Amino acid sequence: MELLLALASGVLYAAGVYLMMRRRLVQLIIGLGLLSNGTNLLIFTAGGLTRARPPVLPEGAVALASPYADPVPQALVLTAIVIGFGLLAFSLVLAHRVHDTVGKDDVDVVGRDR
Amino acid sequence: MSTLVLPILVPLATAAVLMLAAKRPGPQRWIAMTGTVLQLASAIAIFVRVNGSGVQVLQISAWPAPFGITLVADLLAAILVVAVGVVGTAIAAVAFSGVDPRREAFGYHPLVQILLMGVAGAFLTGDFFNLYVWFEVMLVASFVLMALNRTRAQMEAAFKYVTINLIASSIFLTALGLLYGTTGTLNMAELARVWPTVATPGVHTVLAVLFLVAFSVKAGLFPLFFWLPASYHTPPAAIGAVFAGLLTKVGVYALIRVFTLLFHSGSPAVVALLLAMSSATMVIGLVAALTERDFRRVLAFNLVGHIGYTTASLSLLTPAALAGAIFYVLHHIVVITNLYLVSGVMLRLRRTTEVSGLGGLYRDQPLFAVLAMIPIFSLAGVPPLSGFLGKLAIVEGTFAAGAHWVGGLVLVVGLLTLLSMARVWSDSFWVPAGEAQDLASPGAPLLAAIAALSLVTVAMTVAAEPLFELASRGAHQLLQRDEYVRAVLGRPR
Repeated sequence: MELLLALASGVLYAAGVYLMMRRRLVQLIIGLGLLSNGTNLLIFTAGGLTRARPPVLPEGAVALASPYADPVPQALVLTAIVIGFGLLAFSLVLAHRVHDTVGKDDVDVVGRDR
Repeated sequence: MSTLVLPILVPLATAAVLMLAAKRPGPQRWIAMTGTVLQLASAIAIFVRVNGSGVQVLQISAWPAPFGITLVADLLAAILVVAVGVVGTAIAAVAFSGVDPRREAFGYHPLVQILLMGVAGAFLTGDFFNLYVWFEVMLVASFVLMALNRTRAQMEAAFKYVTINLIASSIFLTALGLLYGTTGTLNMAELARVWPTVATPGVHTVLAVLFLVAFSVKAGLFPLFFWLPASYHTPPAAIGAVFAGLLTKVGVYALIRVFTLLFHSGSPAVVALLLAMSSATMVIGLVAALTERDFRRVLAFNLVGHIGYTTASLSLLTPAALAGAIFYVLHHIVVITNLYLVSGVMLRLRRTTEVSGLGGLYRDQPLFAVLAMIPIFSLAGVPPLSGFLGKLAIVEGTFAAGAHWVGGLVLVVGLLTLLSMARVWSDSFWVPAGEAQDLASPGAPLLAAIAALSLVTVAMTVAAEPLFELASRGAHQLLQRDEYVRAVLGRPR
């Protein structure tokens, strides 16, 4: 399972970086989105995977019995998803306005200095 | 100590109140001013406590570290939060002499408050994931401030700025994921405790490089600084001043934090890489500054070059060099903010900061010229101003650490800075004006803010001895780590 998720995360990183190297604004933004999702998957996987052992105290117990799913990476990923979603929405609006102002969605044209 | 949360809560509350007064610029300016003054006051209160009785800690909702979110103020963080208050107050004062109406109508004041909240939060947090969140708060506010206008140049600058910062954030987050996977914690003090026992050389190098790249983008180190001069000259001067004064310093602060807490030993190659990047940043920044003919672009490259000073001293990881870096960061925050405000006056007087449109300012605006002289020559490093003392401290630190070539490089780059600032002074203030005519008066509040920041620079010069002593104690605290770790975790190592 770790291997599968690690591969998936790697593919998302690679696809994200590839798209960011393209010239169109939209592809750049999709690339950023893929990159942030690859990161989320990486946090989740690096935190350790434990299936079907929720970190819930059984009735009467004082401590969790050892293998249990670590809730912290899940909390981190949840926060990162929310932030990534906000940033993605912002960059889409920004790209729309850049397109309105510049009239093209070619990064080379937008990026031309002065 | 619950005061620790005030530099974060006060701007948040101010932003909320400002939203209620939306589209009424008059009251908004007063509310913003009140908010920043209160933030400065709370920062000073924290500083007094930290200075008197050591590292202050607040465990949010009383969750003990390392399980909850911890706010920590050591000397470095406390001084930097005071600097945030000073810059914030100056920027709030500048708003009284007018803000671009479109920006003011679309939330300029609340966004500046959110930005200040993000910066203060980044300085005060004791948890790396929390640091990431504050980075994002700060970045989103800065994105919107930059993109609020629809001119082509500003949209282009904003797009570059947003893209590169989002990539850096992704790298930062990747590093956090791997760090948590290795250590099982993201609390800075707990990490400092467990890191030596769990880090293998491979993990150490990978994480150090990931953090170095992520924070170098934010700080503007070579070869990752190109977005900065491409974007910082486009927004209005007040926004440029906050960005230049505070945002890159957050990157420098984060570099100081990770390199003193985690990567101080164990991967000399990465520390050497930091030194090499910093040296290249100094030289390339200042050489580029000399080729520019627009005052704000000259400033942007000077900003980049001088970041190199602080990170080069950091990479030596000796108390003297680190103290020099802290002193220089403080000097630089005040001076570069002030210089961007000076460029704002030029924009008001001549509608341009291109050298061709300037000139004759010394004759036409003697008061402004005298006020501008202090930051210009302080940045240039003319004795006895704070820039000279900061450079002296850095050079002494590098020599004491045996890195003579770094000290030599600092001196050469100091000469280039002098050249670049002397040219600015002569081109914009001394040469005859040509056809350029002054359009309007620069506005008393703007001049008052410049005067106040110049006074702070003079005060830092006069009180250099105690300030440097403070920086030395801050550096010791960073390199010893024990006091920080003990204050947060509440038990001996």
